[in-house]
Amino acid sequence: MSTTEKDIASAVDAGGQHDHHEIPWIRKYVFATDHKMIAKQFMFVSLFFLVVGGALAGMMRFQLGFPGQPMPGAGILPDAMMAPTPDGAIMLPEFYNSLVTMHGTIMIFFAIMPLLVGLFGNLLIPLQIGAEDMAFPRLNMASFWLAVPAGMLMLASFAVEGGAAGAGWTSYAPLSTSGEWTGVYLGQQLWLVSLTILGFSSLVGAVNYITTVINMRAPGMTWFRIPLATWSLFVTAVLVLLAIPILAGALIMLLFDQTIGTGFFRSDVGGEPLLWQHLFWFFGHPEVYILILPAMGITSEVLSNRARKPIFGYHSMVLALISIGFLGWIVWGHHMFQSGMNPLLGTSFMISTMAIAVPSAIKTFNWLGTLWKADIHLDVPMLHALSFVSMFIIGGLSGIFMASTPVDIYIHDTYFIVAHLHYVLFGGSLFAIFAGITYWFPKMFGRMMNEPLGKVHFVLTFIFYNLVFFPMHNLGLQGMMRRIYDFTQYDFLQPLQPMNQFITLFAFALITTQVLFVINFFWSISKGEKAGNNPWHSNTLEWTVPSPPPHGNFAQMPTVFRGPYEYSSPESDDDFLPQTTPPRDGPGPSSGVPEPTPTPEGAEA
Amino acid sequence: MTWSDWSWVLPEAFSTFSDDVDLIYYVILWVTGIIFVITEGVLIYFLVKYRHKEGRKATYDHGSTKLEIVWTTATLVVCLALGIVSKGVWDTMKIDVPEGAMEIIVTAQQFEWHVTYPGPDGAFGTADDFEVLNQIHAPVDEPVWIHLRATDVLHSLFLPEMRVKQDAVPGRDIPVWFEATATGEYTVGCAELCGIGHTTMNGTLTIHTAADFQAWATAQAQRPRP
Repeated sequence: MSTTEKDIASAVDAGGQHDHHEIPWIRKYVFATDHKMIAKQFMFVSLFFLVVGGALAGMMRFQLGFPGQPMPGAGILPDAMMAPTPDGAIMLPEFYNSLVTMHGTIMIFFAIMPLLVGLFGNLLIPLQIGAEDMAFPRLNMASFWLAVPAGMLMLASFAVEGGAAGAGWTSYAPLSTSGEWTGVYLGQQLWLVSLTILGFSSLVGAVNYITTVINMRAPGMTWFRIPLATWSLFVTAVLVLLAIPILAGALIMLLFDQTIGTGFFRSDVGGEPLLWQHLFWFFGHPEVYILILPAMGITSEVLSNRARKPIFGYHSMVLALISIGFLGWIVWGHHMFQSGMNPLLGTSFMISTMAIAVPSAIKTFNWLGTLWKADIHLDVPMLHALSFVSMFIIGGLSGIFMASTPVDIYIHDTYFIVAHLHYVLFGGSLFAIFAGITYWFPKMFGRMMNEPLGKVHFVLTFIFYNLVFFPMHNLGLQGMMRRIYDFTQYDFLQPLQPMNQFITLFAFALITTQVLFVINFFWSISKGEKAGNNPWHSNTLEWTVPSPPPHGNFAQMPTVFRGPYEYSSPESDDDFLPQTTPPRDGPGPSSGVPEPTPTPEGAEA
Repeated sequence: MTWSDWSWVLPEAFSTFSDDVDLIYYVILWVTGIIFVITEGVLIYFLVKYRHKEGRKATYDHGSTKLEIVWTTATLVVCLALGIVSKGVWDTMKIDVPEGAMEIIVTAQQFEWHVTYPGPDGAFGTADDFEVLNQIHAPVDEPVWIHLRATDVLHSLFLPEMRVKQDAVPGRDIPVWFEATATGEYTVGCAELCGIGHTTMNGTLTIHTAADFQAWATAQAQRPRP
């Protein structure tokens, strides 16, 4: 029998407890193949990088709020980053460019993506579909252990001569092709190598997720009974599978331009700088949907559960996820309206970009519909999920401005764009991550996070976050450019200094507030209120097993009788009705249970 | 900081197409503003009205196909309409350079703008061409056609008060045009990260009366060449 068959058989025989052979500590916690442990590994490493990304932003904001002022405590940084003066250390423009680059790179690739895709993908997919683990547990281990050296290389790049990459997270050519232009040499190459390795981590993860969802669903778990969290992760995995190879190709071409004298993107030897942009954004636009779709899935789970009401328009929600995934491939040129690309393409990309607003709007209306005539419990996961909806509305609407090509002429590469991207990535993705971590914390650790502390963290984060990022729309409308070390060099921008200082002070407050989440997180792991199997009275399969679940997840292969959002159903005395609860009149033709998904021979109990 | 820092009113602009661009911006502002108020208002209203109360159960409802069709169609129509009205202005600004526009070459490099005028003979590449650094001069009420180039990396010519922005790409000659409607001194900025000195690539756009521009151009053409 294969390993999978053995696992199923012994899970069934041993009642789900895989204790007939003890897993050595190093196989359980370090080189783990259990999807739940890998999920936690991604979570801890990504939360660390989230803090690093936040620290980089804090330093950037210092320079923007107090241009050219000595930065407290920065004396410890090397002279290459901060120029020593009698009054203290003043940030250098080259370091500012690195901060801008690395903040974006680390947040996108080492925080948000691994949290949404690495943590929630690994944690939820097998549990929500009724599988004992991913299709390829060892490949899963490889996915995590490829991400670790990628992260280490990225951090190491700060320490090399010339510093970390400084051409923006988008690394446009020809600037990024040579240290001659940026002052960054090895750091730019480490950036490329790191992301290429991380790309492989993502790719093998995508292969695993797609295979698992297609092949390992429990009996009765039809496609339209899959919870939206898993649906969103499935569509995301398809995007990762198809988009990352393009990024990898572009990264390698750029590495060759930097190191072995090729000229793919260098016009001085007959190459084409715009080719980099096309390749990067052909990956880059699906990438931003990779960064939002799982957040939408998490939001749907939490919203429906805390509102005790079925998701409004489940089928439309699935269709919207798929539409976003599909349309995301034909809008990339909206990042390039001002690039010098043929202006006729501006119109075609504008139309497709306007079109992609539609499925996102549909999802928003459906979330509102879910709240209508609901029974809303405003606990911490719900507060974060509601923030996702309300902040995503702002981020989505601001996108309409830049979708219009003539308006984009004015606001492209200004802080209006910075406001937009932070409304969708922080207001959207990060709040959904907070929602998801709080909601599934009991499933991971067997304990609840502290509710009052969670509420304080939420309220302060929400207020400070909006005070930091909403004014950035105004900065952009006044003409303040992105990635600019000292905007006061421009007379017309000098009046914006007070607003920049305002933003900076609240950014410091926002960053400091996250300490509350860190405290809550670590305190709750050992001291939180103990949680049973199903503290949220949820319907999905992960809540039918212990918190945390044993190796192998399900003592017996579950059977699914209904969709995931049967809250407040007349068929139940409670306000929830789990997917695996047999119907009152017993399983029969009316319950709609199809033949079990074929399993390897000899394993079906 | 004043209340006007929070205003969504655009700073004044002084070119022939700036009113058209700004109008589209204001249309979008109104449309998105109304949608914002309605959706966020509905959200808050539902949170208050349907918050948990002992004894009240949620309504068991899975959605409404009719509603899905209505709001999908409405959103699509609004979005496409905004796209359609935008197309004409975009074509004007990026494609339709007017006949007989005064031509100059702007070459971006780390970290300055080289602005080349053809001189009295009106032709580039002749002895009477002259170059100025970090300054663009042009007459009011006359279209100007900039041949935008770059020597090293990407830059982006940003003339905020003219509502002009165009990336400068090494190896390319990209047409940028505008017609200023008021004399004055305006901003030239770089809007694409171009290296360590990106922040210093500021310059001045001076719009003269026709007579003043002639005087300036003549004086520049007669300047001894280095």
